[in-house]
This record gives sequence, structure tokens and C-alpha cells, in this order.
Amino acid sequence: MSNATVILEARKISKYFHDPLTVQVLNEVSFSVNAGEFIAVIGKSGCGKSTLLYVLSTMDTDYEGNVFLKGENLKGKKDTELAKIRNNSIGFVFQFHYLLNEFTVIKNVMLPGLKKGEFSEKEVEHRAYEKLRILGIQDEALKMPNQLSGGQKQRVAIARALINNPLIIMGDEPTGNLDKKNSDIVFNIFSDLCKDFNQTLLIVTHDMEFAHKTQRIIEMEDGKIISG
Amino acid sequence: MSFLLIIRIAFALLMARWKQTLVAAIGIAFSITMFITLLGFMGGLNDMLDGLLLNRTPHIRLYNEIKAPETQPVNLLPGYQQHYNFVRSIKPKNERLQIYNIAAVEKALKEDNRVIGFAPKITAQVFYNVGATDLNGLINGIDVAGENKLFLFSDYVVAGNSSDLNTIPNSIILGKGVAEKTFTNIGDIIQVTTSKGESRQLKVVGFFQSGIQEIDKVQSYASLKTTQNLMVETGSYITDLQVKLNDLTQAPAMAKEYEKLFSVDAVDIQTANSQFETGSKVRTLISYAVGITLLIVAGFGIYNILNMMIYEKMDSIAILKATGFSGKDVNRIFLCIALTIGITGGITGLIMGLGLSSVIDQIPFNTPSLPTIKTYPVNYNPYFYIIGGIFALITTYFAGYFPSRKASKMDPVTIIRGK
Repeated sequence: MSNATVILEARKISKYFHDPLTVQVLNEVSFSVNAGEFIAVIGKSGCGKSTLLYVLSTMDTDYEGNVFLKGENLKGKKDTELAKIRNNSIGFVFQFHYLLNEFTVIKNVMLPGLKKGEFSEKEVEHRAYEKLRILGIQDEALKMPNQLSGGQKQRVAIARALINNPLIIMGDEPTGNLDKKNSDIVFNIFSDLCKDFNQTLLIVTHDMEFAHKTQRIIEMEDGKIISG
Repeated sequence: MSFLLIIRIAFALLMARWKQTLVAAIGIAFSITMFITLLGFMGGLNDMLDGLLLNRTPHIRLYNEIKAPETQPVNLLPGYQQHYNFVRSIKPKNERLQIYNIAAVEKALKEDNRVIGFAPKITAQVFYNVGATDLNGLINGIDVAGENKLFLFSDYVVAGNSSDLNTIPNSIILGKGVAEKTFTNIGDIIQVTTSKGESRQLKVVGFFQSGIQEIDKVQSYASLKTTQNLMVETGSYITDLQVKLNDLTQAPAMAKEYEKLFSVDAVDIQTANSQFETGSKVRTLISYAVGITLLIVAGFGIYNILNMMIYEKMDSIAILKATGFSGKDVNRIFLCIALTIGITGGITGLIMGLGLSSVIDQIPFNTPSLPTIKTYPVNYNPYFYIIGGIFALITTYFAGYFPSRKASKMDPVTIIRGK
């Protein structure tokens, strides 16, 4: 929280669901994320925490208010521009791993890097191996995703999120599908990334034990932030 | 780089569902095969049927028609020039059928570079005398070499040799039907009487069969000289000039031109045989309609398979979008899949179409009315192949367009949240 450079800032974000009835899910939510922070967003089911995450992630563009990523307003940008921002600056880890079964583990990790096109394929591959090594699964690189265990798959998904060295990693219940042991492994990875690489993380979770080990907890209720 | 990546992803998705992909590609290949075969076969048949007539029909025929003069003396009288003059029972002039000044006309035709060639001809009304009865007939006096070159005369001579007409004096090639009716064989002598009452004995040196029975029952061929003798006319007596052109479509205009220039009657092939062209046009239209229907049905197959693939791959689409692929990229991936199916199916179809056409080309097809045809006729017009190829691409593009657009519009949030 100290020596803060703000990476992500939400200003008065409101969002409504219209189907079947108009319901306000987010009510003028404002907060900011500083570089190097490890934040957990908690709250009951339906309090709007996932919705908030998707608004911040640029994937959901139907909201009121403004989102600033490194000072840049994301409001009103085109689909291709937002895709580029996600590619360059945001890494995602979801509850489900969403690996492409048609590609090997290493190719899965490489895909966003190849899309970015900043480095040659060789270089991207080298970097992907590097990420897998950090996560301790470099031996699985040439396997297909369906040959891995649940915990391993989630680690591959994290490696994929890291490949373009994003400004921020966003997680939507990344440990939701994992057992205690694997949850701990994933938490330790996040925690190491934060410590060793000063990686910023914003994780939505149900898991109170997980949340309490992070640096900062944002608690939400009925579309508002009540603490943090 | 980005484009290569899209191709790689498209290919991976394709291979993951290679059975369905194969079925879709076979669908396209099959329809293109049938399209090509159908058009090739129809085209061949059309050409053959047209050839039946067109090969032996001059593009322009120059002749003199016996008719009443257009201006009657009364019209020239000063007092009656402004009137409508009704003259009943006008009789034609005593005109000769011969084309006047034939040498000059021939010279002009020779110098006209729109003309491939021309062949002079004499038509003579005759009776074939068989015992006590006389059969109606028509002898065509022809220049054998010219007739062979322009109208493939010798192709239709089924017995004997067409060049015998030149070498054997007073010889004749009978229509097959005439020969049957008069019980004549090659080497026999047949007596003919002209409309002016001259009788001649001619030696039968061959038979010809055009495939059109009405012609074969009446017509016979002899050399120009023999016919001129028969008609008791001089060597300059020619009643018809048959002109063949480089470009068939110019015939109507050129017929009018020659009519004025040579002051003869001229009829072009389109006017003389309009029903043939209509027939071929309708047949071609029907084959195109059937072929294109086949392609569209195959297109629906691709559409279905892509739609299914998109539902199956929703997760992949969502994650691709989440990790930075735009809607446009996703659109391109699925279009790429569709076009790959289209191109491979299309090329296979074109090759198989060519194969099937050449198989049909080998099947024996013998019919007495078509002496020159030995196998089923097939047309290998490259135009059919180009149309088939282009249409395969267009169909698959549209079959891929709608599913691709759906995929590109898919909202990753709804998919990811649904889990």
C-alpha cells in the first residue's frame, strides 16, 4: 500500500442486469489497486464481486462509471482495442481452467504470447518454459491438457496468464474447483509471484482462509464495498 | 504472424473434429463432382445435337429465290406513284436460280477475312426412276474437297468413298433412305430424271447417312460437274454459296450485308434454325440449376457442422477472447475452417469431376443415326471448372459467414460465468 503507483482504478461503477427484471448489481463502486498488491475480493454469492471483476477485466463493457488501467480510460474503446489491452496487460485465471484440448500444454501457454506477436515463436516458447518452471510443471510441457490433474491444469492456466508479463492478474475463484492441497499450492504460487516478481493480483474468492492470507481484503455486499 | 496463428488454431480445431470435417468436405466434393459431370455431359450432348445440324449447315447461304418482282410497272407511272396500287395474281419473273456473276462473288468472299471458307453447291430437283415408279428426290451438286473441309461431308459417308465423286464420271452418293427405297447397292446404276425432263444414268459409289431421316430419304450427292451436266448447264451454273464464318454470331448482320452487296438472297443460320439454339440454352440452364442446387445443399452441410463446432468450442472461444483475441480474430478462425473445407472439397470435386467425365467419355454409345459418335459425348469446357470452383468457394464462405459471425459476437463473460 505504500510507495503506491495506482495500476487499476474504478470510479463510481454501476451496473444493472435487465433480464428478467432490472436489478442493480453494482452501486457506484470505487476503489483502486496499487502496483504489487495482492487483493482478495470477498462477499456472499450474488453480491456482485464477479460482475465487478468482469467489468474491470474489460470483457464486460455494459456499465456506468469509468475504469482506468494505468491512467487510461477504458470506456468506449473498440472491441479490438480492448482485446489488445487484455492480451498485453491482464492475465486471467478462472475457476475452470479453460485450456484448449487441441493444443499441448506449452502451446496453450504460448497462445497469448503468439497473439501479442512481440517476440519470435522461439522466444515465446522459451518464456513459456520459464513460466512453467516457476510453477513447477515444466515436465508436463509436451502433454495434452487432458492428461493432467486438476491442480496441474490450474497451474498451466496461471502460466498462461503470466506469459505476457501482465500488469495485473485477475482471478475468479481460481481455487473454487480445487482440493485443500491444490488450493494451498495455488495460493503459494500467487503469494510467491507477488513477493518475488512484485506481481499485482486481484482475486475474487469464497475461500475465507485464502482471503485472510492476502495483503488486503475488499468485502462487498449488495453491490457496494463495505470494507477494504 | 497473427494470420499464421489464426490458421494454426483453425487447423487444430479442424483436426479435433476431423470426421465431421471430412463429411463436410466430401459433401462439397460430391456436389462439385456432380456439377462438373452434369455440365460436361450436358454440354457434350448439346454440342453433339447442335453438331448434327450445325456441322452441315452453312452459317450464311447465298441463293436466288424465285419470287415476284417487288415493283410493278404501275408503280412507275407518274400519275400513280402516290397511290396504293393493288395488283392481283402477280407471277414470278422467268428468272434463273443461278447466282449471277459467281466469279466476282467468290473473289469477294475469298478476300473477306471474317469468312473461313465457302463451298458452291447446286440443288437439282429430280426423280429417281425405279421400275415403273418415280421417287421424288434432290441431288446436291457439291465441290467434294470444299464440302469435306467445311461441313465434314466424308464423316457422313457410311459406305464408299466421297472422293470417288470426283474421279468417277457420272457418279452419285445416295442417301441411305433413298438406297433402301430403290434397292440399290454400291456399283449399281440408278436412273434419274430432272424436272426439265432430262434423264441420266448415274453410278452409285457410296451411301451417306446424316442422322436425320427426312434428309436421308430424299437427298443424294454428286459432283458439281455431274450436276451441271444433268441440268444441261454451263460450268458457271451455281445455285448456292455456303459460307462458313469465324464468328457464328455475326451471321445475321453479314447476311444482310451480302444481300445488298451481291444482290442475292442470303439467310443466316440463326434465322434458319432458331429452335436449336433455344433447345441448347434451356438444357444448359437446367444443368446449371441442378448443379447449383447441389452446391447449396452441400453449403448447408458446412453451415450445420460449423454451428455445432461453435457450440462445442464455446469454452475455447471464450478463453481466446479473454486472453486477447478479438471478435474479428475469432471470426477469421471459423471462416478459415469453412474455407479450408471448401477449398479441399472443391479441388477434390474438380478432380473427381474430371475423372467421372472421362469415364463417361469411354462408355460406348452407338446409334445408327449418329455414325460419327462412338462413345457418350462429354464437353471439357474449362469454364465449367472455373464456375464450379468459384461457386464452391462462395457457398462455403457464406456457410461459414453466419456461424463465424455468431462466434465473434459471443460474449465470453456469459460463458465463463455459466460454469
